[in-house]
Amino acid sequence: MTESLMNLWHPIASAEDLPYRHIFQGQLLGRELAVWRADDDFVNVWENRCLHRGTRLSIGRSDGLELRCQYHGWRYANRSAGCTYIPAHPADAPARTICNRTFPSVERYGLIWSGEEPTGEPPEIAALENAETLLLRNIAVNAPLNLVLGHLANYRFSITGDPDNLATTSMDYQDGCSLSLTATCDGKKSTVVFFVQPVDSNRSVIRGVLSNSPEGAERLLTLRHHSAELSRLRDIVELEALDGPSLEPMVATIEQVPIALPEITTPSGRKAALRVQVLRKWATAEGVVGLELESIGEPLPTHQPGAHIDVHLPNGLVRQYSLTNAPGEGSLYRLGVKLEADSRGGSACLHETVKEGDVLAISEPRNNFPLRRDAVKTILIAGGIGVTPLLSMAQTLRNNKLDYELHYFAQTDGHLAFPEVLNELGEAVVLHLGLSPDETSQALTALLAGPQPAMHIYVCGPGPMLEATRRIASEADWPDEAIHFEYFKNTIEVDSSSSFEVSLARSALTLEVPSGKTILEVLRDNGIALMSSCEQGACGTCEVTVIEGEPEHQDVYLNDSEKLAGQRIMTCVSRAKSPRLVLDI
Amino acid sequence: MKLLANPEVCTNAAILDLWHPLVPTSEIQVGVVRELSLLGQAVSYLSTSPDIYRAWRTDPATPVGTASEPSSVTEGLPILDRYGYLWTSLGVPNGDLFDIPEYDEPDRRNIHAATIGVHCSAPRAIENFLDMGHFPYVHTGVLGIEPHTEVVDYDVQIDADSNELWATQCLFFQPMAAATSTAGEMVGYTYRVPHPYCSLLYKTSPLDESRMDVIGLFVRSVGPDRIEAHMILSLIDDSNTDSFIRRFQQSIFAQDKPILENQNPKLLPLDPRAETPIRSDRSAIAYRRWLSDLGVTYGVIPEGRSND
Repeated sequence: MTESLMNLWHPIASAEDLPYRHIFQGQLLGRELAVWRADDDFVNVWENRCLHRGTRLSIGRSDGLELRCQYHGWRYANRSAGCTYIPAHPADAPARTICNRTFPSVERYGLIWSGEEPTGEPPEIAALENAETLLLRNIAVNAPLNLVLGHLANYRFSITGDPDNLATTSMDYQDGCSLSLTATCDGKKSTVVFFVQPVDSNRSVIRGVLSNSPEGAERLLTLRHHSAELSRLRDIVELEALDGPSLEPMVATIEQVPIALPEITTPSGRKAALRVQVLRKWATAEGVVGLELESIGEPLPTHQPGAHIDVHLPNGLVRQYSLTNAPGEGSLYRLGVKLEADSRGGSACLHETVKEGDVLAISEPRNNFPLRRDAVKTILIAGGIGVTPLLSMAQTLRNNKLDYELHYFAQTDGHLAFPEVLNELGEAVVLHLGLSPDETSQALTALLAGPQPAMHIYVCGPGPMLEATRRIASEADWPDEAIHFEYFKNTIEVDSSSSFEVSLARSALTLEVPSGKTILEVLRDNGIALMSSCEQGACGTCEVTVIEGEPEHQDVYLNDSEKLAGQRIMTCVSRAKSPRLVLDI
Repeated sequence: MKLLANPEVCTNAAILDLWHPLVPTSEIQVGVVRELSLLGQAVSYLSTSPDIYRAWRTDPATPVGTASEPSSVTEGLPILDRYGYLWTSLGVPNGDLFDIPEYDEPDRRNIHAATIGVHCSAPRAIENFLDMGHFPYVHTGVLGIEPHTEVVDYDVQIDADSNELWATQCLFFQPMAAATSTAGEMVGYTYRVPHPYCSLLYKTSPLDESRMDVIGLFVRSVGPDRIEAHMILSLIDDSNTDSFIRRFQQSIFAQDKPILENQNPKLLPLDPRAETPIRSDRSAIAYRRWLSDLGVTYGVIPEGRSND
């Protein structure tokens, strides 16, 4: 029986149990659920335990976009339930595999419906369709589902709410979890449908819906009448259940967390795992289009502020774009794409060829520009279209009520992308318009006047601006780890003329890297599939640990102290100064 | 009729053979038999005269509340009077109780701070005691505060001689590290787990930077998922009253209690894939492995067994 109950939809809450920001604790078939309504009205039904230490999520907090666990502050996004932030490691992006177990949800007849593995749709009851329905007070009963249903079949009630005037009642239908009764009295009719929620083997909740909704005093009378009659029924059923056989509680299996696959078995490089449709495309600024992408299959995976995706364009090119929206904000990705004057076909294709309704292949989001949420203050510095990842960060910081400023350097106000988002962010946005390179340097010098503890800077923009920021920050004695850069592309001229040997410590394999080929390519040629994305030393995806040997860094991802330490290498551009490198793969 | 084994009663030798704390000796009334539950079994104890104690498996011949001493035929349980608590063992104790050298230093205040009942397993309570990441969220404004949430890497090792678990070089920002603190500071911690259900933490004394305050958590496992936790302090503090210091510790533990009672499953899963550990959980990861290696099966879900 339990098997078939697993495949049905069951009511688990009333819609009014879910005011915004509240997390409701429910239970179905022995499994505890955390149920919460996000600001976009999506109803999340999650297993009621944090993946970290099993703490009930229902004692956590919701900010309308994310749910925060009360024990260690882990944050999970609306809809996808993916983890977006782990406060104990503010500099690291949480692994994508950290995702809560979710169950589907549908709102119908004032009830929230869900199930373990439900098929089809929640029941459609003709008497309740297109009717002004009235939800009765739900009644929890310490008795098994079948016993409760059996007694409900004999339920009698009054149409007017007058307990002395019980009507003649006939049953319309009964199935395994619900039944419908129609009462007739003095030519008037009223139908009540009872859905019984199987909470556990010996616990049920009666959720009644009336097909008509009386007004005024009669409404109150009706509600009180059903409440009293159902309470009486509960007392009888519970007494009978006490005499019945004692039932073992249902056991909801907790799934094991997925094994983090070692890098070597991760599927190859640039993978376009997702299919999305262009929901909206619009001109958001001079030479910049905004694109909203919506999944055409599974819901989109969680992204974190600072994340980017690879977009596989219809013309065969692959380009990286930052996501501009904050996590938890609907199941869509928003991009801002600038038409590059020297476009090799990437931005031009998105500007000219791609239309609303088109389907694109994209990668899952990757985050090599993670946002710490433990800074006392965060300064975001954007140059031109470099604003895109910083917008996602700004909205996240705003949602989390953390102190931040967004400094946006642009030519004119016509060049400001996503003005509606900037308006929403309000006074946290500081515009620097029409500055010459010298004036920009002066403004940056003023901004970075003195390093302050627990303050973090995030910079994204054109190469020269990033180089200027790097220089100014270093002159002002900012520690490397407090300044975070995101390059559009590698500004360093890559020299691939050297040849050397790489030894793979874990794979016990030695390979020759000839001039003109990258480490990444040689690894791929030998069947070792590393993750990669930009393949020009900017994004940090193809990073590998160096055990021995001296790397020749040609990337812009690692900072100076990381390069000096020589423990990590970007395999897509960097090479070896020593004749041999030993890598941890 | 089938006689089922009661899963509440401990049959795990690795736990039975340990010393377990019963009650603070300061709270034992002379001449009255009292009873409590230890590892799912009823244990009676009696103080016949000050500092003289006896304990035995509950027997109808010596009812609770009377002064009747167990007869010579009643098998008594081994007894230790240590660190302010009465300890016993339901098996064959394999040696002495762990040593706390600080406890005997003449200028220290040794205080029994609290005994709190919690509906959780003993290992969940110990793991919470070893954890720093929850300070800003559970002990907000006292042991931690946002945005100072980072747990920097620390060292964990199993001491080869004593087979004790040690976490050293632990650092965390605390707004009010102790009852005597006046301002926020980075506080250094050392954690020690000498017993599956007991742990000690050493932190720099706010009044004497060269010495460490010691806070101990000694857990009596009432059943597999119910405990009474005793908190003991050994402090360098000559100014505050006992009740002030106790109130501080009790308010801290009162913040942990609702978290501990809301963990599912209540028994600590030892399978590394049952929950999602991160770098800052190194001490918890080591603790779970250490329990597995010791053969502990009570209060935990052993590796290879699911929650059903």
